[in-house]
Amino acid sequence: MRARVFVVDDHELFRSGVRSELGGDLEIVGDAGSVEEAVPAIVQTEPDVVLLDVHMAGGGGRAVIDAVRAERPDVRFLALSVSDAAEDVIGVIRAGARGYVTKSISAEELSSAVQRIHDGDAVFSPRLAGFVLDAFGGEAPQPLDPELDLLSRREREVLRYIARGYTYKEVAHELHISVKTVETHVSAVLRKLQLSNRYELTRWAADRRLV
Amino acid sequence: MVAGVAGGIGRHLGLHPNIVRAGFIGLSFALGFGIVVYVLTWLLAPLEEATSTLRAPVRSIRMPTRSQALGIGLIVVGLVVVLWITGFWFGGDLGWPVVLAAIGFAILWARSTDDGRGRWTLSGLGTPFESVVKGQVSLPRIAIGSLLILAGMAVFLAANTSLAAAGNVLLAMIVAIGGAALLAGPWVWNMGRELVEERSSRVRSEARAEMAAHLHDSVLQTLALIQRAKAPREMASLARTQERELRAWLYGRAPELAGVRLRDAIDSMAGRIERQHQVSVEAVVVGDAEMDDRLRGLVNAAAEATANAARHSGTTTISVFVEVEEDTISAFVRDQGSGFDPDVVAGDRRGIADSIIGRMERRGGSAYIHSRAGTGTEVVLQLPRSAA
Repeated sequence: MRARVFVVDDHELFRSGVRSELGGDLEIVGDAGSVEEAVPAIVQTEPDVVLLDVHMAGGGGRAVIDAVRAERPDVRFLALSVSDAAEDVIGVIRAGARGYVTKSISAEELSSAVQRIHDGDAVFSPRLAGFVLDAFGGEAPQPLDPELDLLSRREREVLRYIARGYTYKEVAHELHISVKTVETHVSAVLRKLQLSNRYELTRWAADRRLV
Repeated sequence: MVAGVAGGIGRHLGLHPNIVRAGFIGLSFALGFGIVVYVLTWLLAPLEEATSTLRAPVRSIRMPTRSQALGIGLIVVGLVVVLWITGFWFGGDLGWPVVLAAIGFAILWARSTDDGRGRWTLSGLGTPFESVVKGQVSLPRIAIGSLLILAGMAVFLAANTSLAAAGNVLLAMIVAIGGAALLAGPWVWNMGRELVEERSSRVRSEARAEMAAHLHDSVLQTLALIQRAKAPREMASLARTQERELRAWLYGRAPELAGVRLRDAIDSMAGRIERQHQVSVEAVVVGDAEMDDRLRGLVNAAAEATANAARHSGTTTISVFVEVEEDTISAFVRDQGSGFDPDVVAGDRRGIADSIIGRMERRGGSAYIHSRAGTGTEVVLQLPRSAA
């Protein structure tokens, strides 16, 4: 089944580009150029996946996620950004996006990323994997909730491979596990990233802002 | 009554103006002290916006700034010290000169930090005087203050024939004023300067944030679009280089830090290879470390591996991943290009042996190359944190 996709970006050129590039593989059910426009349109069209620009006037991608999730909790979000700034990326993931890619991604990669989000997986770029390793790195002095505040050894290994530029399939091959298992690990990491209140996570983001 | 001081104080303290006025009058019997306080308060209190043109402007008492508090404190202390030293606590011919001098002192120093209100317009003295004073902040103040102090001395000398006492009081006054100037002058000046600096740096950072937001929305987006648009390789690479430089500037990674922190060194290495070979290098760094000679070796080896990948692999994307751990620093340079068999590399390809493996081994590290024809290449560099 083709994924039904909604595009939110305040750059007209980008929206029309994505429409024409992804139109073949995916069904584009609508697009919007602002937060106010996007929220009612998404609620109404109920797409599978929303391609969401992180930076927009009126609260950006986070505002869209917050408003839509209240009414349509099944809609999934893939964040797109040109910024690559850690606090933006971590911020939009923690708001509820299931993946993050940079805007310079090729059409084929974007298409497969949307498909993966549609299938319920998480999409980690090498950079996002690096951010997560950084955020969960070091010893937590006193993990409040080890279940959420620490990465398992296996999750860490998977993230390292992703940061090194390996695809999920290649990671599976290297670790002698199935692609499905890799996806399970990545989803677990995503969940921890979203739910952990680990002190380092916030401090780390704040530190990056100061650098 | 005269300048709205009692009303202002009353408003500030929540008392009826008449009670305040009664207090002033009471104080005035004690050597005109109430008048002194009245005048000082009038001089120091900021002018409240007059809502009605019919009423005299009411001067509101706000909490004094630190400089004002210090000024008032010093004046009072000066007065008390002078009176106490000379033993003329209630001496009429001493009181007025001291009061004059103290007012002069207050005019000289008070409000000199608050540059917003420093434009001392003397609205109470009427417009002709105001027009003379306006535009020149400090000169009239200095002139008036000095005049008052001199007048105080003259009055004192005229009224007092005892030269010894004059000498004592003059000395005490000079010491008090000189000390106050020495104490308060530089501090007041510094405060003024800090205020100006803080304000201008805030303006700068606001301007920068605004510009960053603007550039982010326009230029960065455009550069990303150029890279997406299947542009010629040179153009896409140019856009990517510009994007990297702009991003480094926007998010505060200065190129001059490349020699200081590992993260910046790797970023700048990636940018260099991108420019030279027109490929895109995705560099991810986890953790950070201070650059030293051994780390420079690691960065150079990684640069060589990245350049090799750019030259020989046939792909346009190279991943560089560097991780700083407690005891080891690892670097991974990976491409998904043509790959090669490391065992059959021609002997004239010295790059791998010298620039990568040799470089790492000389610094106590190691280098492995995983490659197979068709599946790409990965160079793994590892360096123990301390030279064991």
